[in-house]
Amino acid sequence: MTNLTDLGIAAIRDGFKAGDFTARDVASAFNDAVAGAKSLNAFIVETPEIALAAADQADKDRASGSLKPLSGVPIGMKDLFATKDVQTTAASHILEGFVPQYESTVSGKLWNAGAGMLGKLNLDQFAMGSSNETSFFGNVISPWRRNNGDTAALAPGGSSGGTSSAIAARLVPGATGTDTGGSIRQPAAFTGISGIKPTYGRCSRWGIVAFASSLDQAGPMARDVRDCAILLENMAGFDPKDSTSLDLPVPNWEAALSADLKGKRVGIPKEYRVDGMPAEIDALWEQGIAWLKDAGAEIVNVSLPHTQYALPAYYIIAPAEASSNLARYDGVRYGLRDLPDGANLQDMYAATRAAGFGDEVKRRILIGTYVLSAGFYDAYYTQAQKVRTLIARDFDQAWEKCDLLLTPTAPSAAFGLGEKSDDPLAMYLNDVFTVPTSLAGLPAMSVPGGLDALGLPLGLQIIGKALDEQTVLNAGLAIEERAGFTARADKWW
Amino acid sequence: MSVDHATVRKIASLARIAVTDDQVEAMVPELNNILGWIEQLGEVDTSAVQPMTAVIPNVLRLRDDVVTDGDVRDAVLKNAPQAEQGFFTVPKVIE
Repeated sequence: MTNLTDLGIAAIRDGFKAGDFTARDVASAFNDAVAGAKSLNAFIVETPEIALAAADQADKDRASGSLKPLSGVPIGMKDLFATKDVQTTAASHILEGFVPQYESTVSGKLWNAGAGMLGKLNLDQFAMGSSNETSFFGNVISPWRRNNGDTAALAPGGSSGGTSSAIAARLVPGATGTDTGGSIRQPAAFTGISGIKPTYGRCSRWGIVAFASSLDQAGPMARDVRDCAILLENMAGFDPKDSTSLDLPVPNWEAALSADLKGKRVGIPKEYRVDGMPAEIDALWEQGIAWLKDAGAEIVNVSLPHTQYALPAYYIIAPAEASSNLARYDGVRYGLRDLPDGANLQDMYAATRAAGFGDEVKRRILIGTYVLSAGFYDAYYTQAQKVRTLIARDFDQAWEKCDLLLTPTAPSAAFGLGEKSDDPLAMYLNDVFTVPTSLAGLPAMSVPGGLDALGLPLGLQIIGKALDEQTVLNAGLAIEERAGFTARADKWW
Repeated sequence: MSVDHATVRKIASLARIAVTDDQVEAMVPELNNILGWIEQLGEVDTSAVQPMTAVIPNVLRLRDDVVTDGDVRDAVLKNAPQAEQGFFTVPKVIE
């Protein structure tokens, strides 16, 4: 019999529908995989009983002929989504023990579609990080190791590192991520899986712990493009509770998947050839170009002249928004309270926030507070928002010549835990290829393209026009079919 | 622009985060390193550019002027570190 944990979302959905196995069998198999992978630290909370309850419901629904789109499919939920009656922490101490009395829109849609929850996935604290080393609940370890005998623990990427690690290790067939500056795409690239950040506004932000509201977007991560399309269809949609939610119908992305790119023009932005990028990534990019040509696309060279300013603009805008969003953690209404002897209210706020936030979160709150403070606001924040306009304009001008863009997802393969954690700037530079898209609110996806010389996965990024997730997914499928990426991490955990 | 010890203390105070002397000592070079790097934005000529307000064109909707929540006091207080008699409690604010 097939090992059920080797199946993806579509295979589980279809096999379950066809009667090849029960939903309980599937949930039990994944529950066992989760329970056996503690050393990866991918989960903050495991919820095997919730997965089984959803499975039993799915088995009943199958018997009564009332199957839902994701009946029988268990998934992981990034611990940034509020889940009713299940602890939601954003991987922070300040929210440790917080048990929401409401459900986020996106997670609620997935449960309503029949999916079950295997657990809450670890992440960088408040989604701030690129290696999952800022979680209060410890580092997530990638299931991948270098093939040269080195057993050093590698980063699964971040901030959706629990998600990427769990999918790559076959602990979940798919899961949610969120992407503020690359937090879906970079971890997907590091672990040899796929992930798509949709257009800003496609997925409701309601009930997602806020980091930088003008950038935060939820999206799916899974083993392949079709699975991402299936999950995204069940996550996206208008929500009156999010003022930036787009009031548009959700396309049938899965049904319209096609790897035929005839008539599509693929732009190659010259500014993404950065100094010091490994030759293997450059070679993979060339290979990706050849694959898309083979799929019928025309290749054109384009320029995005303000690319180099995207990261510094991001590191003003995102911390500025974070400093405002995270002001809500005050030790009064929910979460941690630290009340030193004889402390007044102001002391309590300061002590609570000092004890409850990790170093990277504090760093970003302080930068955000500084750039928004009197006298500096225009020089930093307004200037960054103007540069953001120019970055979005670069993309608009590129769309006059092409329909999508192809770039590497990250400037390196996965690095070792601890290799960059002492140098915030080196860590920030990991998002150099993903941040511009976030600033412009565009859909973008990472798909695995191949392995580097040390046997680690490398990803290719496809960027599309606003609302054109279909072309992004289609190009992802075209690469997927040609890359034939079947490598997986050998089980050591 | 760069920050000194006094500025870091000021920002931390504005952000309501308690900091020790050692932490301030460590943060000054760290924040200056980051601020020095983002200075490069000053090179960009933005004289004729409007700041971004929305990445995807959207209109702010008005909803019907009706009560949509309330009557959920226990749920609201459920996660409070300290709640008494249906209220959040805080240390004494008036002497």
